[in-house]
Amino acid sequence: MARAVSTRTKIGFSIAAWLIALLIFFPILYTIITSIKTEAEAIAGFDLIPSVTFENYVEVQTQRDYFKPFMNSVIVSVGSTLLGCLVAIPAAWSMAFAPTKRTKDILMWMLSTKMMPAAAVLVPIYLLFRDSGLLDSRIGLTVMLMLINLPIMVWMLYTYFREIPVEILEAARMDGASLWNEIVYVLTPMAVPGIASTALLNIILAWNEAFWTIRLTTTDAAPLTAFIASFSSPQGLFWAKLSAASTLAIAPILIMGWFSQRQLVRGLTFGAVK
Amino acid sequence: MGTITLGKVSKSFGATVIIPEIDLKIEDGEFVVFVGPSGCGKSTLLRLIAGLEDTSGGTITIDGRDVTGEAPARRKLAMVFQSYALYPHMTVRNNIAFPLKMAGEEKPVIERKVTEAARVLNLTDYLDRRPGQLSGGQRQRVAIGRAIVRQPSAFLFDEPLSNLDAALRGTMRLEISELHQQLGTTMIYVTHDQVEAMTMADKIVVLNAGRIEQVGSPMDLYRKPRNLFVAGFIGSPKMNLIMGPEAAKRGADTIGIRPEHLGISTSAGDWQGKVGVAEHLGSDTFVHVHTEGLGTLNVRTDGEMAVKHGDTVFLTPDPSKVHRFAADGRAL
Repeated sequence: MARAVSTRTKIGFSIAAWLIALLIFFPILYTIITSIKTEAEAIAGFDLIPSVTFENYVEVQTQRDYFKPFMNSVIVSVGSTLLGCLVAIPAAWSMAFAPTKRTKDILMWMLSTKMMPAAAVLVPIYLLFRDSGLLDSRIGLTVMLMLINLPIMVWMLYTYFREIPVEILEAARMDGASLWNEIVYVLTPMAVPGIASTALLNIILAWNEAFWTIRLTTTDAAPLTAFIASFSSPQGLFWAKLSAASTLAIAPILIMGWFSQRQLVRGLTFGAVK
Repeated sequence: MGTITLGKVSKSFGATVIIPEIDLKIEDGEFVVFVGPSGCGKSTLLRLIAGLEDTSGGTITIDGRDVTGEAPARRKLAMVFQSYALYPHMTVRNNIAFPLKMAGEEKPVIERKVTEAARVLNLTDYLDRRPGQLSGGQRQRVAIGRAIVRQPSAFLFDEPLSNLDAALRGTMRLEISELHQQLGTTMIYVTHDQVEAMTMADKIVVLNAGRIEQVGSPMDLYRKPRNLFVAGFIGSPKMNLIMGPEAAKRGADTIGIRPEHLGISTSAGDWQGKVGVAEHLGSDTFVHVHTEGLGTLNVRTDGEMAVKHGDTVFLTPDPSKVHRFAADGRAL
């Protein structure tokens, strides 16, 4: 039975939701505001009204090239996602449709690797990268980001595939579909929304990843996270420029997230409600 | 052609035996119903025939050809699932056309066969809709359409009507029976509903715990149940089972009398009792009578019988219709 909700309650919930949303969004908003302040204003303290100057953006672009780290970010996040799909789709597929006694254990084990602090494996990974010549390479970083997000990809896809009724696949088999036809005509079209939301989330996670991207790159493969970080050290802290660099770094993913929010929410809540 | 023979077919999952060993012959063109309580292995048996499960032992032959190890698609069988299992991203037209497309049929042939199937099943107006935009009955018809276009040697139905409401179930039951008359193709139909089994089947296979309890025509099973299980399962309302002195008097451990074979009178009879509930259906009246020593007995009588809760009534069994069972449940 639907619960009757009064208008007053609805308004109350709306205000609360807006406040929480604002609270979550505020750091990003303040970064944008700070990026259009002068350096003096930025250092002066909390102030929501900037003098609206774009000199920080000009300076950030003159000091460092924005385009190169931006391209690195695109290549690394999209590349790691594609590579991840290649591994995660068949993995999730077999776990969902041909599970064994150990499937649940393997899934838990995969997830448990995400509970390990990244710093704990920094030295061995760094040495592996150094010895195999992968330091500061796009390939090395792509593989690394693929691996750290792989458990999440497999889990999301597994949950998604589990929602596809086995009977539909059996019907396809009865209808004379070979395994290949079953995958092409029945499974993939039904799984596309799930694969798309998994890929979207993975791009965002890879784009925002800072721990490994900063430590495993210097110049050639440095993505936008390293671009931001580079403004915090050499000449001391320049808040306004740092904010301008941050804004430039998060803008593409923020825009992408905005346009794909429906798909993302659907992907994240999929399976929660029948 | 669609003669299906099971020879010592068995199925176990690990140490759990689902079907011990079954021998069964299904003749070409027969409408065979597998009936039994949930978990009796009837769906598993159907899936073994379909090839969706591998057998643990025995052989399955279709028209004399051993198909035990063959993939479902090569067995030339069509299946209708309980959940319909339609392809949600395809239109009705593409759903019905799918098996033909997989068989590599020419486009004009596909078009012709789909149109024909849609006409037979009253789906012509819905060909461009998706399954999500159809009612339960229409979806079930699409599932049947997908099955008939292939012209299979046999149809397998896995509880196809259990997701429909009672009225629609009645209509679909008739439609499937009519389809069987029209096509004359072998049909194997799984259900837990004995009414569906009785009304549709040429031959009923009663299953219990993976074993076949009895095979026969609906009326055979009704008239001569081989054991207590079949006696209790076939017939609605259920057969009354009586143990003790009344059974011993007739030289049996248990006697069974169907509700329609018990006479009821307000004045005189063999057994006395009080009416618990009288259900007046108009055409019939079902009377639940509490007796001393025999427990509660169900009686089916004519719709005009005016009895109500608390009335004293007398019951008399029709002696020619009393079923006698031994202590191990076998019919005597």
